[in-house]
Amino acid sequence: MKTRLRDLMLFFLLGVFLLIYPFVFTQAFYQHIMIMVFMYGLLAISWDIMGGYANLFSFGQSAFFGIGAYVSTLLFLHWEITPWLGMVAGGFASGVVGIIISYPTARLKGHYFAIATLAFLFVVQIVLENWKFVGGAQGLTLPLTEQSSFWKFQFRESKIPYYYIMLFLLGLGFLLAKGTLNSRVGYYLRALRESQEVAQSLGVNTAKYRLMAIALSGFLSALAGTFYAQYVLYIDPSSVISLNLSVEVVLISVFGGCGTIYGPLIGTVILIPLTNLIRASLGGAGRGIAYMVFGGIIILICVLQPDGLIKLFERSKKAVRERYDVT
Amino acid sequence: MDDLIVVIQLIINGLQIGLLYALIAIGLTLIWGVMDIINFAHGEFLVIAMYIGYGTYAFWGICPILSLPAALLILGILGWLVYRFAIARVLKSENLLSQIVVTFGVSVFLQNLLLFLFSGDYRSIASDPWIKGNVTVNQLNMNIPELVISILSLLVILVIHLFINKTKTGKAILATALDRETAQLMGINTDRMNQLTFVLGIACLSISGILLPITTHVSPYSGFLFAVLAFTIVALGGFGSVLGTIIAGIIIGEVQSFGGFLVEPSYKYLCVFLLYLFVLVIRPRGLFGW
Repeated sequence: MKTRLRDLMLFFLLGVFLLIYPFVFTQAFYQHIMIMVFMYGLLAISWDIMGGYANLFSFGQSAFFGIGAYVSTLLFLHWEITPWLGMVAGGFASGVVGIIISYPTARLKGHYFAIATLAFLFVVQIVLENWKFVGGAQGLTLPLTEQSSFWKFQFRESKIPYYYIMLFLLGLGFLLAKGTLNSRVGYYLRALRESQEVAQSLGVNTAKYRLMAIALSGFLSALAGTFYAQYVLYIDPSSVISLNLSVEVVLISVFGGCGTIYGPLIGTVILIPLTNLIRASLGGAGRGIAYMVFGGIIILICVLQPDGLIKLFERSKKAVRERYDVT
Repeated sequence: MDDLIVVIQLIINGLQIGLLYALIAIGLTLIWGVMDIINFAHGEFLVIAMYIGYGTYAFWGICPILSLPAALLILGILGWLVYRFAIARVLKSENLLSQIVVTFGVSVFLQNLLLFLFSGDYRSIASDPWIKGNVTVNQLNMNIPELVISILSLLVILVIHLFINKTKTGKAILATALDRETAQLMGINTDRMNQLTFVLGIACLSISGILLPITTHVSPYSGFLFAVLAFTIVALGGFGSVLGTIIAGIIIGEVQSFGGFLVEPSYKYLCVFLLYLFVLVIRPRGLFGW
């Protein structure tokens, strides 16, 4: 019971910290870093549902992200539909696309699935690059509004509204993921991860739960995509549907330790500020160096602790508990 | 008559590009066959070879083919380093995800190292002193650099094929790919076979790599497309099947060539990836996979 109370306290403190953060760190740069942490956090959670729980290693996550960004932007540009509705529409569109691609990939596992998602990513990218209606390779620019408008999802004066919106989306994604994964669906997905054949022979409809994992993952990634479009106000195929983004999300999750929801969040909290700070402090040449460090860290974690950083935490937690019991 | 010429021209173009792709993919297939790892850093190793070829031309004004020994050596050493310090350790852990991801880490690292060293500028060899120009045979046009690259690719593929099937070491590699435990029992040092395969798989990129700047441009990001095409070829042909890789490479080359002509040039890769996704539905393990 004691540990439960302590966990609650920790959660409470974390919540208070996150809520007052933009007033403590008033510089736009620090707020931006945190917004990126939340955005990547949501992407990492959505990747973890597929990669960590259902053992579907996707390198196409940014395709979902891009679909979310494009759907809301197009709805707004052509029909002036508020990006909030656009976000929901993007989420469902992305979920549907996820369901569609889960059919041809239904029999694929491991590496084969990973490569199929790469091909999927490039299909989406090429289509968007050549489709005039969606702006082609030049991309789409969202017109600036006269003043901040919640309805139009644009805030001119500061980044604080974006901060809270993204925090809210991350919280929503976390609860949705946690809720799903703690329910029966989560157990089935874990069974699927351990052995698809065994799960199937026990009567688990593996195709159905696989499909659910992909759809939910696509939905959550698309929310982040809409947010990004509104935050940057400019999207093009190579920035929103890039392999780089997909790879970053995978690497962050693996670094933190996937299959836990918390692991990918830990990975984001460490790696995103790190790369942003290196990039900012080194200026022009920084981009190369920041990602060299990123790549190096991933190689190290794979070699030294393949289960991710969270295993280290768990181990030390266990050690502390054992010590308490002894004394 | 003219239509026939166009068709033959397209077939030749497809064959040329397909052989190049097959050579890039063959290293991937070997590595997969022996140690069940996809080398996602394959594209970056290719780009390193491309920079070696470009640098040889830019500094000394000589044909990049002369840098072949240096390129083989550099890529071989890099391959060895990556194998020893990353792959060999990850193979022991038996964690599937870390086996997939570690080469992605290598890819991100190398790509940004190249970005740091050479900036993101596009570079290419304007006019090579030796390999240049066109030949026209019976109205069929052929670009000499592309022709040379494809013929060399075919030669290297043949050499690798002979090495694997005819030499003692090659047979040991094959045995390791077929059944690791039994190979070990027969006294084959499987760790050494892994290492050899990895180094060989990387080093054979140098031949096509150093010549590529003549026909296309180099930047730290050039490897992406080649690598993704190589992955699709390997998956299409069936992982670990050398013959499958060669045939899949040619199929992809032809689809790209005809797709670009019949649909629209910008959609040529779309045709390739759609074909691949379509084959997946029918044969998830690829055309020649088991």
